Amino acid sequence: MPLPIEDIWAIVPEIWVAGLGLLLIVLDLFVPADRKAIVGWGAVIGLALALLPIAGMLGVTPRTAFFGTYAVDGFAVFFKLIAVGATVLVILSAMDVLRGQTRFEGEMYILLTFTALGLILMAASADLILLVLSIEFVSLCSYVMAGYFKADRRSNEAGIKYFLFGASASAVMIYGFSILYGLAGHTNLYAIAEAVHTAPQPALIVALVFALAGLGFKVSMVPFHQWTPDVYEGAPTPVAAYLSVASKAAGFAALVRLLVVAIVPSGLDWVTLIAGLSAITMTVGNLLALPQRNIKRMLAYSSISHAGFLLMGVAAYQGDFGTAGLLIYVLAYAFANLGAFFVAVVVGQRLATDEIPDYAGLKARAPTLAFLMAFFMLSLTGIPPTAGFFGKFYIFGAAIDNGLLWLAVVGVVNSVVALYYYVGVIRAMYLMPAPSEEPVGEPAALRLALGVAAVGTFLVGIYPQPFVDLANTASLLLRL
Amino acid sequence: MDQYLLSITVFLPLAGGLVVLLVPKGQDRLMKQVALVASVLTFLASLWLLGPFEIGRAEMQLQERYLWIPGIGIHYHVGIDGLSLPLVILTALLTVVSIVYSWRIDVRLKEYLFLFLLLETAMLGVFVALDFFLFFVFWEVSIVPMYFLIGIWGGPRKEYAAIKFFLYTLVGSLAMLLAILLLYFNAEPRTFGILELIGQQPLAGVPVLAALSFWGFFLSFAIKVPMWPFHTWLPDAHVEAPTAGSVILAGVLLKLGTYGFVRVSLPMFPETFKAYAFVIAILAIIGVVYGALVAMAQTDLKKLVAYSSVNHMGYVMLGIAAAAGAVGVAEKANAATIALNGAVFEMVAHGIITGALFLIVGVIYDYRAHVRGVDDFGGLGALLPRYTGLTTMAMLASLGLPGLMGFVAEFLIFVGSFGVFPELTVIAVTGVVFSAAMFLWTIQRIFLGPKNPRWETLTDLDGREAVSLVPLAALMLIFGVYPRPLLEIINTAMTSLVTVLR
Repeated sequence: MPLPIEDIWAIVPEIWVAGLGLLLIVLDLFVPADRKAIVGWGAVIGLALALLPIAGMLGVTPRTAFFGTYAVDGFAVFFKLIAVGATVLVILSAMDVLRGQTRFEGEMYILLTFTALGLILMAASADLILLVLSIEFVSLCSYVMAGYFKADRRSNEAGIKYFLFGASASAVMIYGFSILYGLAGHTNLYAIAEAVHTAPQPALIVALVFALAGLGFKVSMVPFHQWTPDVYEGAPTPVAAYLSVASKAAGFAALVRLLVVAIVPSGLDWVTLIAGLSAITMTVGNLLALPQRNIKRMLAYSSISHAGFLLMGVAAYQGDFGTAGLLIYVLAYAFANLGAFFVAVVVGQRLATDEIPDYAGLKARAPTLAFLMAFFMLSLTGIPPTAGFFGKFYIFGAAIDNGLLWLAVVGVVNSVVALYYYVGVIRAMYLMPAPSEEPVGEPAALRLALGVAAVGTFLVGIYPQPFVDLANTASLLLRL
Repeated sequence: MDQYLLSITVFLPLAGGLVVLLVPKGQDRLMKQVALVASVLTFLASLWLLGPFEIGRAEMQLQERYLWIPGIGIHYHVGIDGLSLPLVILTALLTVVSIVYSWRIDVRLKEYLFLFLLLETAMLGVFVALDFFLFFVFWEVSIVPMYFLIGIWGGPRKEYAAIKFFLYTLVGSLAMLLAILLLYFNAEPRTFGILELIGQQPLAGVPVLAALSFWGFFLSFAIKVPMWPFHTWLPDAHVEAPTAGSVILAGVLLKLGTYGFVRVSLPMFPETFKAYAFVIAILAIIGVVYGALVAMAQTDLKKLVAYSSVNHMGYVMLGIAAAAGAVGVAEKANAATIALNGAVFEMVAHGIITGALFLIVGVIYDYRAHVRGVDDFGGLGALLPRYTGLTTMAMLASLGLPGLMGFVAEFLIFVGSFGVFPELTVIAVTGVVFSAAMFLWTIQRIFLGPKNPRWETLTDLDGREAVSLVPLAALMLIFGVYPRPLLEIINTAMTSLVTVLR
């Protein structure tokens, strides 16, 4: 079978990012140790350029490429944009933290670039084998990044823990995929979709539950969330930011595609399952976030609770509100959560602490930083006029539109609980006296990343129409 | 100009607040001047609304409507009628008064002024919004500045009070969000427009959803009012809030709740509200009697005024519940109109009177005695004649002395609700007795009796304090003797509301 030339066109961004990664490896060899930022800037510029061909495919008619294994649709494009955009911002935020820390600085930028490639592939995989390969590709890069500070015990612990949990979760997921293959006789999601309605339901449930273990691990869904706080705490803060946004978003992309394409035709009641997991995930994440004093652990548990909200969007992935709702929530969460982590990067770097009580009086020492952090916290809570509010508004709407009012009520209760720990950060920054008056400044590259996150959070909150349009275009997910 | 007048009024304070942020550090006087000018201009703009506003017309006036988020049919839609106009002017007036009173604030002045002006924009926005999305945004935005005002400039237990306020009100507002979404998804065509939804009555045929949605709104409004048993955040918030914060909290923020009941609950769910009107009236009565009795037991002057708010908001809720109880009964329409007129009049009256009372507590506590226990004073009447006169007047207005504003409001409420719930009204009237006893006893303990030698050196009101208090006292008297201009504005809106309900 000859390969159609359109298929090559469809993966121009993937080729570009892969080529960029290889180029950076070579470049890294020739850049002296004290000027590794050049590699970082190379990655930033290269990835930012990759956004253009990706965005160019936004309006494509949904189809598949490479013999049905690779989806070309708005949905994939949206998650590719999130993955690459988040990578750019994370590299910008990482450059100051990594400078001079180890002699492997350049490798981090290269790893981030390759992870971006893996995430892109995850978002578009329409075949179980490609899906497994892309997930493993992302995981392998992530393990290394989590354990990046070799001399730091906690970073080591993070790397090992992430690896052990990840490997077992992958194994279970692959087992689930193999059952799915056994039931349908195909690895292609669209072929499975055609065969799956004859499959016995109990076996299908087993396959789905096992598959959820692997994807649930990626998105920190309860009960596969235990790694999250330890890994976020130990990993370099920019890596934690990356895991909490980019790899979570890609995990959701893969999960939605698997469910909507392959499982929906079986008539299995997956909505109840996901809705139940959503309620449990957001509640557990929230309750565990309450006593946290470390900002990275708090954000880790909060990211678990947001995974619960996103699962609500998955359960309600139907209708005008549902399909756009999940995407808008992902976008809102990405901006606000990246922003919050970036502030944590600065504080961790300049004040050498991740403890929330040490944020005391940050308002007096870094007014802009404190204001932005407060803004991101309010956005994560869901107070207007922020992106987080609009995301919650959409996702509650989706739940109600799909008859999941009870889940929306659980979400409301959780939003109130979440307010308590988010406001804890604001309280420290604005209500507590500063231990010293010494100003805290932020590096220029990080200022750029923070600015993008803040503008995004504000724009989605105050004038969401362009983002609604984007999400509506992107909700074109290729189904049968 | 008139066609943008409402938007100008709403966003002028925010613009002023942004200018305050731009003033360089250390220029405290300039910041205060900018804030004062912004709030005075807003007040003038709100008075200017009286010009193009036609008092005899019942429908929404000075409407502005632009598409905001076309994807889901959200509009920026504002307008005023006889219900919102008095509250808009009240808000603008109390903000000016608060900023004048806050002239001596020197801690983190820039943030203080900005938050106050942001709060004003949010409150004005709630009163004029005619799209639920916009309404909700303003509603939520009003919470955040108040959290900071209590949390940063408050008393000893400020953090506890601030977070309690935030959590309570957020529970309510998220319940309201779900209720709004229920309305939206059941409407055909789907819309967030308040007027369109009232016209459509989307949940009229689905009693279960109507009840859910009604209670969602109820929770939000009842916490804000606050009705018994949702009132427990109020004493904490009031006691810890800085004086000007208390003024705004009691004067305006509580009215957001009662305003919501009249603007949304009554016309949107007439049948459902009627079904639960008796229960809600009983809660209102408990608030009336309990508020007065608990206020009587207080020794902290600020807490006393706070509980008297629970009592007064109980009257408002009684009037609204009575109007709901009369839905569909043509012969009770007249009583319903009177009760509603009284309820709205009480909103304005309570805003002015209780605003003044909190300022009065602030005058003695913030810059003079630094205590506010009712029993700490005694014989102040001879020392501070002007202060005593104004306080006595405000307290008498609050207990409902004829000739002052509170009496008109309470009288109308009782006349109206007697036609609907006579037994409950009889119980409610006892609340007047208790609150009269409470205020008179308070006046006696603070101003009469033997002089307490500790306070020999206290000085009477200064010019700035007089400027913030005297206009409020004058309004109490003017509208107490001649309530007609205000009642005419309110009456047109309430008559048409009752006509719709019938």
